[in-house]
Amino acid sequence: MSDHDHGPAKGLLRWVTTTNHKDLGSLYLWFAFIMFFVGGFMALIIRAELFEPGMQFVDPQFFNSMTTMHALIMIFGAVMPAFVGLSNWLIPMMIGAPDMALPRLNNWGFWILPFAFAMLLSTLFMDGGAPAGGWTMYAPLVLQTGDAFPFVIFAIHLMGISSIMGSINVVATILNMRAPGMSLMKMPLFVWTWLITAYLLIATMPVLAGAVTMLLMDKFFGTSFFSAAGGGDPVLYQHIFWFFGHPEVYILILPAFGIVSMIIPTFARKPLFGYASMVYATASIAFLSFIVWAHHMFTVGMPLSGELFFMFSTMLIAVPTGVKVFNWMATMWRGAMTFETPMLFAIGFLVMFTLGGFSGVMMAITPVDFQYHDTYFIVAHFHYVLVPGAVFSIIAAVYYWLPKWTGYMYNETLGKWHFWLSAISVNITFFPMHFVGLAAMPRRYADYAVQYADFNAIASVGAFIFGFSQLLFLYIVIKTVWFSKQESKATDQVWEGAEGLEWEELTSPPAYHSFTVPPVVK
Amino acid sequence: MAHSKDAYFVPHSTDYWPIVGSVGLVGMVGGFAAFLNGMPIGEISMIFGLVVFLIMFWGWFRVVIKESHAGLYSKQVDFTFRWGMGWFIFSEVMFFCAFFGALFYARSLSLPWLSGEGSGSITHENLWQTFEYVWPTNGPAGLGGDFEGMGPWGLPLINTLLLLSSGITLTWAHHAIVKGHRTQVIIGLFLTVLLGAIFMGFQVEEYIHAYKELNLTLETGIYGSTFFMLTGFHGFHVTMGAIMLAVILVRVCMGHFTPENHFAFEACAWYWHFVDVVWLGLFVFVYIM
Repeated sequence: MSDHDHGPAKGLLRWVTTTNHKDLGSLYLWFAFIMFFVGGFMALIIRAELFEPGMQFVDPQFFNSMTTMHALIMIFGAVMPAFVGLSNWLIPMMIGAPDMALPRLNNWGFWILPFAFAMLLSTLFMDGGAPAGGWTMYAPLVLQTGDAFPFVIFAIHLMGISSIMGSINVVATILNMRAPGMSLMKMPLFVWTWLITAYLLIATMPVLAGAVTMLLMDKFFGTSFFSAAGGGDPVLYQHIFWFFGHPEVYILILPAFGIVSMIIPTFARKPLFGYASMVYATASIAFLSFIVWAHHMFTVGMPLSGELFFMFSTMLIAVPTGVKVFNWMATMWRGAMTFETPMLFAIGFLVMFTLGGFSGVMMAITPVDFQYHDTYFIVAHFHYVLVPGAVFSIIAAVYYWLPKWTGYMYNETLGKWHFWLSAISVNITFFPMHFVGLAAMPRRYADYAVQYADFNAIASVGAFIFGFSQLLFLYIVIKTVWFSKQESKATDQVWEGAEGLEWEELTSPPAYHSFTVPPVVK
Repeated sequence: MAHSKDAYFVPHSTDYWPIVGSVGLVGMVGGFAAFLNGMPIGEISMIFGLVVFLIMFWGWFRVVIKESHAGLYSKQVDFTFRWGMGWFIFSEVMFFCAFFGALFYARSLSLPWLSGEGSGSITHENLWQTFEYVWPTNGPAGLGGDFEGMGPWGLPLINTLLLLSSGITLTWAHHAIVKGHRTQVIIGLFLTVLLGAIFMGFQVEEYIHAYKELNLTLETGIYGSTFFMLTGFHGFHVTMGAIMLAVILVRVCMGHFTPENHFAFEACAWYWHFVDVVWLGLFVFVYIM
């Protein structure tokens, strides 16, 4: 096995045929980056239209298509592939493995995505337009979609197949490829959170596939899963969808918990406070995610017992999440803190994710949710947990590991600019939405009553600042990857307080196959 | 971590099969979507996609089998394959769960509500005052017209016995492969595939009976929807499983397996047992109850 350390193949086809975890990690991350801008562009169309009351730029149908596509692209095209990309890059390096366990499947998992999203985006040009019934695709509204309908259903099937392949690979890698001495309770928290996320994906993506298959059958083959006339129930769709959908939101946040748990100890120069409790909290959150789904549908007219059960089970989630927030703060307590860009984004995550968590607890209270349901309050809530939550964690991860991946430091001054521009503008965008939401402005409308005008104008200004700030991020990454100068060479450890196999045992950048001989973990 | 000691396997061939698989997949589902929209390109694209997809399976497995025979796979790779197949089957279980969930929800919640019970009774009062819930039902509007439900004690019972026997013959083949008795493996596998094929024949018979004599179709309200989707997806999985076992049978005849190294056989056997168990669920919840 002398040629284990062979380098990458030559030419562009290398990227099509590669089975290397670093190549595929980069492909996933660049794909996610592109989709982040595509979805972001759609968000700016939404915010431009909502800048003032009345109809300005787009017709209502197209506006609804934009809200639907923005969500589908950001969830399935940006955040999930970005996390998979990070898992590809980092898990083998963190557990002392040379590569992922199923390298060919890894390639296939990625190379389904460009096809799936080409199919999804092509619906923009079809008769009847792109899907406009919301990303949740509730029956019967979504059944009115034009030619786009079957293409959306199959695009979602493809994304699901890709996610399941990626997850099986992650599970097999973590359970089977750890270096000698790397026991489960020594694994870095990012690895733990991804292991649990992978289980969530394997358990829920097939359920989504089932739900959209039923939609397809109802539309084209005359079944009545979601039609009361035939004895079915439209609410049944919501139950099946959210049985997938709630674990899905934890799929979007658990790896973020992992990332933050890696970054904060480094820059606080203290080990993570309460490692074991972090692991158990993550597992508890994952378990609870399967028994809270109907809090997304408090207003559909469930039996009282159902409303109560889902209210209390939802509130329970605040306990393990609180454990995590407490542990992150305790890690920083009396630490020798410095505030490089990854740390800034991690702290931004901590503060603003917690804020989004609080509004989540508010909506868990069933009678109160009756007021908030489908208003901008929920839009504010999930954007707080997804933008300064999930997206900030991904950005933090890129700044944190980019010097390890490329061997060069990014520009710290520009990174700080990126953070402050993002952190301020994200609050300008989403904080006012709490107010208009509590004042009952409904979501998913192209127009609104005049009393909401001021806060909407502010939100739109914030959105444009946030959107354009991300171009700075793109510039910083491109400059670091391709145009770094020799004097910005990173050390192998990169960060003074960084611990773990990828910092202590590998060069910056690491070899094509990191650990051809497994390190011994003490 | 004893199993990490073996050297890691790095694929050295240039791997075009995944991208070929993607082209096949998108050709199939994109073609099907186009077909559903009545676009003429649909059928051609579906056939093209299917052919490419099958070529991919053939080519990909060929590479893997060659590598396996060349002794490139360590104990670690074997473990990986086991984890992979196990969790793949788990994902399939969850797919069936969605359809079983729909059946349970309709029968124990939404149909009683439609007939005036509990918190959903207002729909009954306003829209379907005469509806009484008796399973099987095609709903308050009687979609698809008068029909009869599928009884459990004719073909479905025979099918249950067939699938259970196929589980036994497969296990017999498994014991034989471990002991190195090739003739017994071949007979056992052949019987399993044969029982699967007879099962599928009876399923087709049952569908014809449903459509022609019972007026039970996909459009027969929630009963028809759940009946055909659950048994249909199960039948599809039986077909897949039987094809997989048939390939294994050919490979046994070609002498591909040893008493120590026969994971492909085991993976397909796991899959077959999973299909078996799903059928038991179907027999109880779809046919009997």
